[in-house]
Amino acid sequence: MSYATDGSTAGTVGPRTQVREQIVEIVSDSGEGAQKAGQAFGAVCAKSGCGVWTVEIIPAEIKPPARSRAGASGIRIRFGSKVITNMGNEADVVIAFNEQVLYGRIQQGAYRKGTRIFLDSKWRKDDSPQIREAFETAIAEFREKGFIVQEFPLEEECAKLIANPRVGKNMFVLGLLTEMFGMNVELSLAEAAFLFRRKGEEVISRNQDLIRAGYAYGQENAEVALEVPPRELLTSQIVVNGNQALALGIMAAGIEVVAMYPITPATSVSHHLGDSFFRVGGLLHQAEDEIAAIGFAVGASYAGKTACTITSGPGLALKTEFIGLAVMGEVPLVIIDVQRGGPSTGLPTKVEQGDLMASLYGAPGDAPKIIMAAATIEECFHMVITARKLAEAFRGPVLILTDANLATGVQPIPRPEPREEWIAPPIDSSPWDPNVTAYDWDPETGLSPRPVPGQPGGEYVLTGLAHTGDAHVAYDPDSNQKGMEMRSRKLRALRKTLRPPKVHGEESGELLVVGWGSTLGAIEEAVEAARAEGLSVSSVHLRFVSPMEPGLKEIFERFDRVLAIGIQYTDLDEYAPADPTTDRRRSQFASLLRDETLVDVDSWSQVHGQPLSPGIILDVIRKNFSQHSAAAGRTQP
Amino acid sequence: MFGLEEDWELDPPARYFTLEDYEGGVARWCPGCGDFGVLTAVQKICRDEQLPPEKVVAVSGIGCSSRFPHYMKTYGFHGLHGRPLPVACGIKSRRPDLQVWVATGDGDCCSIGAGHWIHAIRYNMDITVMLFDNNVYGLTKNQTSPTSPQGLKTNTHPRGAWLPPLNPLQAVLGFTNCSFVAQAVDWNPPLLHAVLEAAYHHKGTSFVRILQRCPTYTDQVFHHLQHDPAQLLLLQHEDGLVMDEKIARIFPNKSGHDPSNMKEARAIADADGGEGAIPVGVVYRDPTRPIYDEFTTVGMGMTADQKIEALGQELDRFAI
Repeated sequence: MSYATDGSTAGTVGPRTQVREQIVEIVSDSGEGAQKAGQAFGAVCAKSGCGVWTVEIIPAEIKPPARSRAGASGIRIRFGSKVITNMGNEADVVIAFNEQVLYGRIQQGAYRKGTRIFLDSKWRKDDSPQIREAFETAIAEFREKGFIVQEFPLEEECAKLIANPRVGKNMFVLGLLTEMFGMNVELSLAEAAFLFRRKGEEVISRNQDLIRAGYAYGQENAEVALEVPPRELLTSQIVVNGNQALALGIMAAGIEVVAMYPITPATSVSHHLGDSFFRVGGLLHQAEDEIAAIGFAVGASYAGKTACTITSGPGLALKTEFIGLAVMGEVPLVIIDVQRGGPSTGLPTKVEQGDLMASLYGAPGDAPKIIMAAATIEECFHMVITARKLAEAFRGPVLILTDANLATGVQPIPRPEPREEWIAPPIDSSPWDPNVTAYDWDPETGLSPRPVPGQPGGEYVLTGLAHTGDAHVAYDPDSNQKGMEMRSRKLRALRKTLRPPKVHGEESGELLVVGWGSTLGAIEEAVEAARAEGLSVSSVHLRFVSPMEPGLKEIFERFDRVLAIGIQYTDLDEYAPADPTTDRRRSQFASLLRDETLVDVDSWSQVHGQPLSPGIILDVIRKNFSQHSAAAGRTQP
Repeated sequence: MFGLEEDWELDPPARYFTLEDYEGGVARWCPGCGDFGVLTAVQKICRDEQLPPEKVVAVSGIGCSSRFPHYMKTYGFHGLHGRPLPVACGIKSRRPDLQVWVATGDGDCCSIGAGHWIHAIRYNMDITVMLFDNNVYGLTKNQTSPTSPQGLKTNTHPRGAWLPPLNPLQAVLGFTNCSFVAQAVDWNPPLLHAVLEAAYHHKGTSFVRILQRCPTYTDQVFHHLQHDPAQLLLLQHEDGLVMDEKIARIFPNKSGHDPSNMKEARAIADADGGEGAIPVGVVYRDPTRPIYDEFTTVGMGMTADQKIEALGQELDRFAI
């Protein structure tokens, strides 16, 4: 470990080691404020000029039993001197409020040899001999695994300042982390002032005292003295998670009506809208159920108002009949699916990309619709604006797929500058041209102008029945065929306007990794690491899955092998060897790519309910190369 | 002359609407279907009120009666089975200028869409809901509906329906924030017209159950009521409905209950389908109930500039 020659940073005692990036975790029982402290620390890092990605560690229950191995609640903060796009690999520094919650994290591979764990020492003096014993056993086990475990008197120190340290220790930890990484303590104090702004001066100053105490403790007992130099920022930034970005995007798009029903992990979008939507004149309608939510949005859109509904997998399933109606009746609508683990209730708080086929084919009959997938938090914002415009231009529903990883990941992104052209124009009440039918389909593109109630002469009945261009119920076979063709051609028309995706890395080579959605940052980081090792690997990442971006086949054919990577189920040979041509069920994404390109796309994906780390993907890439060279070796004479 | 002032000027409305302006083609219901009468009544009310056709939206679910929008020459939304109410509420939410009529059936409203029924009544948006209750599933060919009389023989219960029927009036009066409940019969057009007119003028969700004959499957279910008006109870009150004496005298039984009295309204609804007479007229009416429209229309007047400025402030909340 080399020390920087000039490590003097405001408020620190000794020289600090400069590092490019760090991964910090705070883990605790539920309700101990770890996430609040971590988010505040993430904001401090961002305000210090670092790139940041935070990811929440969430148990499924609101309050799982205390000190339970699967009940870890907390947060990971990855920050560095560059843009951070994913959660990274193993943590460098962990603050743990008890030792039991660490077991779950260790099982998930969150730590490595050398990870420094700071653990509250209070359990050593607990009244219960079982707890004392469990504590000592755990520490011994952790040290055995190569973690550097250090006890520190967290609650004991906090008890000097407050009566109930359980609810204040998180701010002590914020102060401690601020000191460990040489951040300016004034930034942390300001965060506390913001966090507790509604609770009054006394609460603010009490929490600020805790931050100062944590900071002072760090100065006196400096075990970690690191510094992450800021990156150069060219634009002003906002710090948001993916769901906040969606909410802001909804407001920026001029969407007027959002109808939803509470469902994890989509719900927090509605919390932000509940707080702010009315300020831009919007209506948040919490409907009686998922079906009513989309029905309300469809009604509002039919009446000319831009509308959106937000849900997660099980809600998407309930909405399918209305999605089919929106396709059939050509109702513009933005549908956001914040994906979680499935099927059924699955993993409600955890990430998966399993709704791909359901969003494409969920509705009965042939219901072509536009489907986009946000790959970054910034895209969560801008994609809503694009989706709103596409929904109107192509007169139908547009789905945006995000996931639990984007929903809770927090990152600084360039502050968008709102523009008038993002906002939906007011509805047109001018008389409708009597020569134009309600579905005056352009035979090539399937596009048609839409009459809106209030336009005299445009009166028509929107029906879910097969209908003719003048919106009459179709009683002849040709009309149904024609309607299907017209709705299908809209996707073809959109595809003509899309550009082929950019290849990350060389334009040709041995292995091409293909991804979509929130895995972008981890895939590209892994690909860069693999390329640095000399492996001939590149990646492409899709934003449009329906219609799929053009040119994929040409790109795929420039590589020897194509591998689809994601967070969805696929049969992996490690568990049960299968005949790849017959037995193996591939991931939904791989199947779609094979269908689209007729290229033999392989798939690797897993459903551990966690974001993919660059390290996992790097291992997969390495293994792909070693297996391939082994297979090539066998075929040689 | 004729008592007119000298400076009186003829100022006819630029557009005058006749019945034809609301008639959208030939209805394809079975001959003798009660739906025809409801359609005519609604068209007449639109004409009487001179509603511009482009400002009228007929919303329906699925079922025979849900073909209703196709026969109105206004805007219409013929959506999904059980779901007309969420759509109607969505339409009305940001378009207070539109007159929304909902056509729903006993299967659509009281069975598959019953969840929405409860909540739409509670939202109390300014829409008119017509429950076409023929006691049977007609479009899918004769299955038991939730309002089918016990013992009715259908394709799903060929030996007779097992359970006593759901009483829609009783149900709706139990939903929170219910503000207008009425009942009419398809075979008395002046009464039907008067009830729907009262419903149209009510500010809030007006719920009208219409006993409506299905000539194909339940031709007989209302036979006794049709032929013995003594089994009906005409509800007349100055705050509800006052029928022309020529019509009123058809009904030997009348009640002068105050429609603002929920207790009396519930007693009348309880009798419906039981031992008592079948009420027709306005059962309950409370124009003071809160309407959801007051909340949904907030912010409609904002300009793009105002929105951009407000959004800028929202973004600044996340700025570093």
